[in-house]
Amino acid sequence: MNNSVNSTDIHKAIVAEQKAQDRKKMMVNGVLLLLLLAAPFVLYPVFLMKILCFALFAVAFNLLFGFTGLLSFGHAAFLATGGYTTGYLLSNYSGLTTELGIIAGTLAATVMGTAFALLSIRRQGIYFAMVTLALAQLVFFFYVQSDFTGGEDGMHGIPRGKLLGVLDLEDNMNMYYVVLAVFIGCYLLVQRIVSSPFGQVLKAIKQNEPRAVSLGYNVDRYKILAFVISAALAGLAGSMKSVVFQLASLNDAHWHMSGEVILMTLVGGMGTLLGPVVGATFVVNVEYQLAQGPLRDWVDPILGGIFVLTVLAFRSGIVGEIQKFMKKNLG
Amino acid sequence: MTMIFGVPLAVLSGQLLIGVINGAFYALLSLGLAVIFGLLKIINFAHGAMYMLGALVTVVLFDLMGVNYWVALFVAPLLVGAFGILIEYFLLRRIAGQDHIYSLLLTFGVALIIQGVLTNIYGVSGLRYSMPDLFKGGMNLGFMFLPYYRAWVIVVALLVCFGTWFVIEKTKLGAYLRAGTEDSQLMQGFGINVPLLVSLTYGFGVMLAAFAGVLAAPIYSVTPVMGSNTLIVVFAVVVIGGMGSIGGAIITGILMGVIEGLTKTFYPPASSAVIFLVMVVVLMFRPNGLFGKEA
Repeated sequence: MNNSVNSTDIHKAIVAEQKAQDRKKMMVNGVLLLLLLAAPFVLYPVFLMKILCFALFAVAFNLLFGFTGLLSFGHAAFLATGGYTTGYLLSNYSGLTTELGIIAGTLAATVMGTAFALLSIRRQGIYFAMVTLALAQLVFFFYVQSDFTGGEDGMHGIPRGKLLGVLDLEDNMNMYYVVLAVFIGCYLLVQRIVSSPFGQVLKAIKQNEPRAVSLGYNVDRYKILAFVISAALAGLAGSMKSVVFQLASLNDAHWHMSGEVILMTLVGGMGTLLGPVVGATFVVNVEYQLAQGPLRDWVDPILGGIFVLTVLAFRSGIVGEIQKFMKKNLG
Repeated sequence: MTMIFGVPLAVLSGQLLIGVINGAFYALLSLGLAVIFGLLKIINFAHGAMYMLGALVTVVLFDLMGVNYWVALFVAPLLVGAFGILIEYFLLRRIAGQDHIYSLLLTFGVALIIQGVLTNIYGVSGLRYSMPDLFKGGMNLGFMFLPYYRAWVIVVALLVCFGTWFVIEKTKLGAYLRAGTEDSQLMQGFGINVPLLVSLTYGFGVMLAAFAGVLAAPIYSVTPVMGSNTLIVVFAVVVIGGMGSIGGAIITGILMGVIEGLTKTFYPPASSAVIFLVMVVVLMFRPNGLFGKEA
């Protein structure tokens, strides 16, 4: 027998192809990392931190929406809970180091995420969106009424403190690198989750839930876990945001914030890893630029227009469209 | 003075009345949402904006052209309904057949645009609209004072709700609508213009919201953002009632208004949250809502 192609050759070819792709990915990530490390020398660090916090928020949201197919319209609750908890602890217990405050905020959001998940997970599609929205509204009213949040005024003057009691975070550069490190850690974590067997099941649930059930997966459990992880990361984003800005306000709890994170994810490209990061960067920049110019009162309608345009014309978002383009023309 | 649970009867019945009125608005709004959702499977996030448009159009028509309340009661919903049909025709139709989530996101964007633009024009401080003369004053029922206008709102809202329920559940037109959503191809085969039916249904749901807006104009502060928070409450009402059910939307709407009124009497701080609390409890024991079918 003289079969010119044998299976080991094919296998080798596939592995080589995979390696080449991985190398390309590594290159891209390496360049991005260098840019992020150098960025605060060129741009205002607080603005960059704002982008990073929202990017983390969107990455967290995307884990649920883009990869599991669950649209939560209540993610603002986790952002706010993280922020308020961290803010309250750091303001009132001066012995607490910053990282403990952030961890506590993240835990609080995790607990709330678990409660949300247990209440909403049996609903699907738009029902799920409405239930999460209403639950988040309940949380919003709680924060409006509570004294510790400062109500409409918000929580001001949250001390940044020292990381591990050593690194002074009042310095914007120090703060930036801490936020960047946390962001990269979370991004890699989500990347790992998505490509793990657990992540594959999530994708299967998104594509065809009844089939996932019939394959013997307890889909509710997977969905709850995805929800809780997403809520925890969203809380972490809120915690860091309150430390960076030394401020936590009702804006973070309002349902507009839940809408904004959907917009970021959708514009950037849902279901892609980089999409939410690109989307958050885009939206934060658009808001910032508009606020500077003559259109400062038109931020909401313009964001609404972007929403409508994205849903109608390019549903895969910026990163998704680029990927499609690359596949068609270069692949 | 008569006291009930330590609260004067007049106060209690006054709050109950306000509750029933709020409930009538919730019923009208959740009914519109339920019609649009039940028949078209669209979650209309722009519903609050349409409610606001109804009220705003009433005020603006009066200010510009002196159009009175009775004319506005018909004209405003028609105008807003026509606007809704345009949205359906030019925007929603393009994403028909996609995941329902996209209709929610699309209408959310539309709501942001409408509210944002109008906020720039009219501000958020509230426009004044005076009560029609006929409705000034009220009657003394012995235990409470009933303003005529509030009585009118309750009566007319209930009539409209019942009429809508009747048309959809009991008439041939309603049967067409329901059949058109079950199997639109088959219905088209029977010579029914389903796309037209869809447009009209969306327009009708929007009209209900705008009608509620006109009713609200004389008693609530009319601002471009008046619909946005109401909408979230109405979403909760719809979840409590069960999405598929038209009758359920009406009953739950009024019930929730009353519960809100009672909470305002006995424990005011919780009054804006109580409906969401009820929702949580209902979800724990009846995940499909009080009147919902098994999903």
